[in-house]
Amino acid sequence: MKSPVVRQAFIKSVPVMAGYVVLGIGFGILLRNAGYGALWAFAMSAFIYAGSMQYVGVGLITGGASVITTALTTLMVNARHLFYSISMISRYRNAGKYKPYLIFALTDETYSLLCDGKTPEGVDPNLYRFLVSFFNQCYWVSGSVLGSLLGTVLPFSTEGIEFSMTALFIASFTEQWITLRDHIPAATGLASTLLCLVIFGSESFLIPAMLLITLILTLLRGRMTEDRSKVSGQTEEKILPADISDREEAEI
Amino acid sequence: MRTAVLVAVMALVTMLLRFLPFIVFRKKVPGYVVYLGEVLPPAIIGMLVIYCLKDVDLLSGSHGIPEMIAAACVVALQAWKRNSLLSILAGTAVYMLLVQAAF
Repeated sequence: MKSPVVRQAFIKSVPVMAGYVVLGIGFGILLRNAGYGALWAFAMSAFIYAGSMQYVGVGLITGGASVITTALTTLMVNARHLFYSISMISRYRNAGKYKPYLIFALTDETYSLLCDGKTPEGVDPNLYRFLVSFFNQCYWVSGSVLGSLLGTVLPFSTEGIEFSMTALFIASFTEQWITLRDHIPAATGLASTLLCLVIFGSESFLIPAMLLITLILTLLRGRMTEDRSKVSGQTEEKILPADISDREEAEI
Repeated sequence: MRTAVLVAVMALVTMLLRFLPFIVFRKKVPGYVVYLGEVLPPAIIGMLVIYCLKDVDLLSGSHGIPEMIAAACVVALQAWKRNSLLSILAGTAVYMLLVQAAF
């Protein structure tokens, strides 16, 4: 890899590789056992590109779900993507020709790699984000097709490798906790979701959790804006310029 | 054919969810949304951590011990070395070892 931006983006995407390839293989096998071959695996991973939804989707397809049921299920399972997009509006604002793909490819994992807004020095940030997103989708699509073609699990035990996705989020959480001085948003996310998990159970806690997080952070807005203006320039230099231009634009 | 329709519906609804905020706020971004863009990322990552661990059963099976040990390794390594790749690989290796060999 001669181009530094390609190398940097590849390195950034490596933590997602193992998880996506293995979970992709799992999806490919599931789909094949349901009677749909590699072309379907490719199509679903290329066009839907939402991991948990594709697993649910296999059930919808084989279970004879209606269009309405499929649409509503997708809406419920993927509602969190609204959340990701809302929080990336400022960062993807000036992404130009890369913007549509960046938005399309915003999975949980890609989001967690790119949401801190940091990009390496001296590379085109939008090209970098595009490449990270694209590499991740390549892993997912390759895994899906491979699983469909192999039809069986890999010759060695991969039990537990799905933890790499959990580890990715935990590492990202820890890193943000260290970097950001304001720990309220992170603690709000953790505590609200835990509370909703206990109250609503593991099947339906995510949407209440998102509403609760939004509600709490909205109520705390006054406090944090004040707080932020005090520490701005130290913790979020990368984000600030874009945000200022957005604020100005918002006031026009 | 029916399968193709369902796949298309899943793809379109997912795309709609991802593109909707960008379409709604394509011209002006209200200050409130800018604020959400600042505070949501750490909150969402916190949410995803819990989301990944939602099926861990503390009362039976391995009582979530492998998850707790592996998660602690990731946090400790990340705090110490600040290298995500290292933390993730080591944490996953510890977890795989625990579930395959110890529990």
